[in-house]
Order: sequence, then structure tokens, then C-alpha cells
Amino acid sequence: MSEQLTGAQALIRALEHAGVDTVFGIPGGAILPAYDPMLDSTQIRHILVRHEQGAGHAAQGYAAASGKVGVCMATSGPGATNLVTPIADAYMDSVPIVAITGQVASAAIGTDAFQEADIRGITMPITKHNFLVNDPNDIATTIAEAFHIASTGRPGPVLVDVTKDAMQAKVDFQWPTELSLPGYRPVTRPHPKQVREAARLIAAAEKPVLYVGGGVIRAQASAELKELAELLGIPVVTTLMARGALPDSHELHFGMPGMHGSVSAVGALQRSDLLICLGARFDDRVTGRLDSFAPDAKVIHADIDPAEIGKNRAADVPIVGDCKEVITDLLAALRTEIANAGRTPSYDTWRHQLETVRAKYPVAYDEPEDGTLSPQYVIERIGRIAGPDAVYTAGVGQHQMWSAHYLPFEKPGHWLNSGGLGTMGYAVPAAMGAKVARPDKTVWAIDGDGCFQMTNQELVTCALEGIPIKVAVINNQSLGMVRQWQTLFYDKRYSNTDLHSARIPDFAKLAEAMGGVGLRCSDKDSVDATIDKAMSVTDQPVVVDFVVHRDAMVWPMVAAGVSNDEIQIARDMAPTWDSEEL
Amino acid sequence: MSKHTLSILVENKHGVLARVAALISRRGFNIDSLAVGPTEHPEVSRMTIAVSVDEQPLEQITKQLNKLVNVIKIVELEPSQTVQRELLLVKVKADTLTRGQVLETVQLFRAKVVDVAPDAITIEATGNPEKLEAMLRVLEPFGVRELVQSGMVAIGRGSRSISERSLRPVPVPPPHVASGPPNVQAQPPADRPHHPVPAPPPGRTVAPARHG
Repeated sequence: MSEQLTGAQALIRALEHAGVDTVFGIPGGAILPAYDPMLDSTQIRHILVRHEQGAGHAAQGYAAASGKVGVCMATSGPGATNLVTPIADAYMDSVPIVAITGQVASAAIGTDAFQEADIRGITMPITKHNFLVNDPNDIATTIAEAFHIASTGRPGPVLVDVTKDAMQAKVDFQWPTELSLPGYRPVTRPHPKQVREAARLIAAAEKPVLYVGGGVIRAQASAELKELAELLGIPVVTTLMARGALPDSHELHFGMPGMHGSVSAVGALQRSDLLICLGARFDDRVTGRLDSFAPDAKVIHADIDPAEIGKNRAADVPIVGDCKEVITDLLAALRTEIANAGRTPSYDTWRHQLETVRAKYPVAYDEPEDGTLSPQYVIERIGRIAGPDAVYTAGVGQHQMWSAHYLPFEKPGHWLNSGGLGTMGYAVPAAMGAKVARPDKTVWAIDGDGCFQMTNQELVTCALEGIPIKVAVINNQSLGMVRQWQTLFYDKRYSNTDLHSARIPDFAKLAEAMGGVGLRCSDKDSVDATIDKAMSVTDQPVVVDFVVHRDAMVWPMVAAGVSNDEIQIARDMAPTWDSEEL
Repeated sequence: MSKHTLSILVENKHGVLARVAALISRRGFNIDSLAVGPTEHPEVSRMTIAVSVDEQPLEQITKQLNKLVNVIKIVELEPSQTVQRELLLVKVKADTLTRGQVLETVQLFRAKVVDVAPDAITIEATGNPEKLEAMLRVLEPFGVRELVQSGMVAIGRGSRSISERSLRPVPVPPPHVASGPPNVQAQPPADRPHHPVPAPPPGRTVAPARHG
């Protein structure tokens, strides 16, 4: 079933074989051959973005919202280097994307040719794997390998750099039936002995906590997680990447742990005697000072990536495997353990302690005294009105943390944000990608005024391509998180964090200029009406400029480099641990 | 810190050395020596890397190396179960007065003279790192004019090979050719077949880390 094609035609055909229906990209010199057959593809919709970074984040949003591999495309040199940030972001957050870049002709490689950059070398440390293809016969196989690598094991970004001459040459197209990847064998089935050992530890524990990370979302293991938590009534905390893995409304859910985590979640980890870590990686934003993190806890660590186990915290029971399979096997092992022991372990005392803490220290905020709009209130209302069925994306900073606390997380795959890399500007293009993947869903980008000014050009793409996303700019006229640190740790010396964005730019006008609807809101009474109005627009992107109080801070907070025991619920206010006997 | 010798089988592909060396460097480790060359399989190269690290960071570095798609297998070679060799070429000052003593040293260490000039001798020697170090200590007083040394290569003793059963194709996941509207429902990753774990090679296979 081989057929003579150009390398470029083979590339597009291969993408079709890999099941691609959407490509986000921008053409340019070296990738030009690929864009010609792209025009003839009835399967692939190419979305012409305004900046390659937008293409990369859109591919991430598409992937995270659909569970499929996201695809972005760019030309050589600057086109490719503009993809570096989203590729690094996808690497940190384990998002399956394939980036296709054009490369100068193979004879010109190494000559500092026009728009030449060694993108394979540049992206080596930030891709799961990458390829340079200069033989047209390798195109189909490489694409097949790229999609296989991106989507299996621990998902991640794969870059395929294709030289211009390879795309112009003639080739017999053949989609491979077998791949030769002798060094790539991800382990997904957990070892039964380790699972049994984990079940024994759980049955023997008094204060276990399910410390749930993004791996559970990627493995689509939410149903299994719920079953596991409910089987024995084990408290659950969900990290920033795992919000929605267990519904926030579930009685066993004790919040998000970490630097800005809830007191109940941070306390649960700190006082636990057994952490059951599923698809999380003991990130420094969760652990705080590592040597005082969960000091009395044994650790069961399940992850599909063996290198995450024991990297930051030693594991008593390491389990390598896909979270869905791990939890399924663990459920069976626990049932056997219970049957053999003839008694069901109870963690009632522990759970009641945590329930007391959760009730006493809910995540909460004070209304600003000067009557200005509270950013938390705005986010809370958007969540209430759009509901848990909407997909939410966020940029990075204060608005991201408030979103993580005040949006309604009831379902997996509805919360997209840049957790590991912390990429400002992620929200708008990721929302665009998510909306393309899930056109049936309302998609809200909760963005900051700083973040929004980094990638808002994709609103033009959204307007022209009919991708009606909604953007809430939480406009505190500052680089708010940095400003918060300056308030707390730099004696209120606000060096270069004032964006003056109450005045310039006019976000509503900017939205109008880019083909969207622009709204503005600065008082509490009109918040609901403004959100309703934004919800009523379904054929255009909408931007709402919420002008909010600039000194609102994210609480609770564990300052950088200190123990999680030092958590503060507001400035100079610590929870009283002792009285809770935690 | 202790010295460890890793034997790494890699696919013989462009850029693999850069991937391995860069990974070790960016994770904060120093390579004492590195040698790379072809093996009995044309599609496989073998690297021998000597590093000085503690046990725990060594585990992390091998796990990270194992994540490289082009890395097929990593084995830590235990010194007692391993033949280790380095190649040394050294140019030593030797005139009519000292030449005899230098040649005696060459004989003692079973080295070879590969070039002679009126005032210098170039010596070729192979051996484990300790032997070569000892020879250099003896030669130093004569005056070392130039020195070049290869990275260490190492191979396990006995009849077993670490490269048995290392190369096998992976079945491609069925291409989900779209028919009708694009399927936006999340799809679970295709189930992957499980390959039998290769027979234990001489030395300690550091990964894939199937614990238990």
C-alpha cells in the first residue's frame, strides 16, 4: 500500500494516520512545503495563530481537555524557538503534544543559514524525545513514533524537526505496522508484591492521606480514586495539577496542599503517618522545606515514571505503574487484606480531627475595606455561574491560586493551568485549544492583567476562527504575586510591579479591536450581571476587565524555604495546631 | 562519594552522545571518564561512563538516563566482576643517559615503545586505571612532555553478554484514522504489551526500575 508522495504530503498523510484533526501553527520558509498539502487535507483543521507560543499552549489546552495528543507547527529558527516555552511547560506538566518544525535544507545545516536554529539541541532537555528528520523515508515512521512516545507512559512533548529538502523529495509513503523503539518500554502494570505491601501499610496506618497529583488526571483514574478513598474513608488532598480528581464537595476531600494550600490539606500531610502518593512528585511548592515535610509519615509512592520515585522523598513502598492500574490493583489488594484480617481498619478519629480543622479554617477572604472589588469574589461568582461543567484555564500568579481555591472543581479535566513551569500567558491560548477540543463546553480563561498582556493576541485567532472563549482579566494593576512578596518580604518596596493597567491598556477596547466583546466591571453589585452578559455571548470571544483591589493577597501561605508547619492563614496569623491535637 | 562504572547500551543514532552527556551535566554530576564505540550489533553503541557519586544520586541519574528513548539498557559493572582498561600514550624525555631506565619501566609495566626521538620516547600502555597511574608515577621524574589518555572501557567477566535480547520492535499503536467527526472524547492510552524482562546480565542492572 505504498504510494509516491512528496515528503510534505507524507508528513500530512502521517498526521492524518495518527488521528490528528487540529493543528495550531504559523507557516514560514522552511515549513512552507508542509503547508501546501495541508490545504488539501479534509481531516486536519489548521488554526492560524498569531504567535507560535500561542500555538504551543493551544496544543496543550487541546490535549488536556481532550485526552488526545495536541499538535503545533512552526517554521525553523524563530518559529521553532518561540515554541520553546510551551514545550518546556508541557514537559513539566506531562502534557502530550507533538511539535512539528521545519528545518533548513540538510545541506545548509551547520552553516548559520537564514532562520537556522538547532531546535533539536535546544529542546533536548525539555522534550520527552525529539527527532531531526532529513531522510524523507523516515517521515511516516518518525511521526508514528512521536505520537506513540508523546501519549504513552508518562505523557510529554515530542518535537519533530523536518528539513526542507526532506519535505520536497519524493517518497513511497508507508504507515508503519511496527515501531523499533528498543529503549522505550514504559511500565504501566504495577508489581503485585509492591501493591500487596502498600495494602498492608494502609491497613496498619492510623493517619493515612491520599496525596493525589496530576498523574491521576492524566491516567483518567478519578472513578477508581473515589472508590479507593471511600472504601476505607481515607482523607484526600489534591494538588494544583489534580484539582477535580476528586470532587471538592466530597466529604473526604480536604483541599489543596502546598505553599498556598488550605490548612486542612497542609495539616493532613504534616501530621500523617502514611502518605499514599498517587501520580504526584513531591514538588517543592507542595513540600516546603523537605526535611520537615510530613516528618512522621511513611510513604507509598506510585508513579508511572520510576525517576520520580525517591527523587525528593524516599519511598517505603515504591510502585511503578499507571495510576489507573495501580489504584485498581490496590483496591483488590485492600479487599483481600481486609478479608484476611477479618476487620476493617478505621481512620475515624483522624478524619474527625481533620474535619474540625477544615471547619475551623476554611479557605476564606476578607472584603477590601476601601469598597473596591474583591478578586476572590469575582472568581467565586464566575465559578458559581458557569458551574463545574465549564472548563477553566488560568495564568500564573495570584489569580491562579484564587482560582484553585474558589472555582468549583467537581470533575477531572476541567482545570487547565501551568503548574510546574509557571508560565505567565498560558491562560488565553490554552483556553483556545480547550474550546477547539470541547466546543460543547463553556471555556473561561481566568487571567491576570500581567499574564493577559503576554499572549492576548490569540483573541484575534479566536475571533476569526470562531472560537468563543471567555476571558476574565483579574485586573489588580500589578504583577500581583510579585507585589505580594514585595509587601511581605521586601518592605513594601514595589520595584517594577506596577502595571498601571487600570488606565492603559483599556482591556475592553482592546478586546473590541481584536474582534471580541469587551466588558468592564469594578463594583460588586454588577459582577453577576456582567458575568451573565459574558455567558450570553456564544459567537465571539468575550473579555471582561474586572478592576479589583490591588492589595488583596493569597492566603494561606507558607513562605518559601520554611516548614509547612509555619503556614499562615493571614499575615502574622497562624492556625493553632495544638488545640486541635493534630 | 564512590566510583561507579556504568555500561550503557544506546541506539547508534545521531546525537545520542550529546543527550547522555548533557543529561548527566544538567542533573549536576561530573563524568570522570567516558568512552563510546560500536558493539557486535551495528545498530547499538556502548558507552562506558565512570562517575563519582553516592549511591542515592547514582540511582537518580540512572533512572533519568533510562528515560532517554535512545538508551536501551544500563548496567553497573562491579569492579571485582569486571575487566577495565584504559589506553595511554605518553611522551617521556629520554636521552642517552636515561633511555635505559625508561625502557626498563616500559618492560616492567608491559608497555610498548611506539616512537623514538633523540631526546624522547613515546610509550603506549593499556591497563586498569591503577596500573597506568602507577606507571606514570615512575615515569614522571624523567619528564612527561605530553600525555593523552582514553576513557575507560569495561566488560563483565564470564560468558554472559549485556547486549542479549536488547533490540526488539514495538508494535505500533493502531492508527486511529478519523472517520466522521473528530472524536473529542478522551481516549485511554492504548494498552501496551509487556516484554519479558531480559535475563540478568553480569553486574547489576540499574533499571528499568521494577521494584520488588
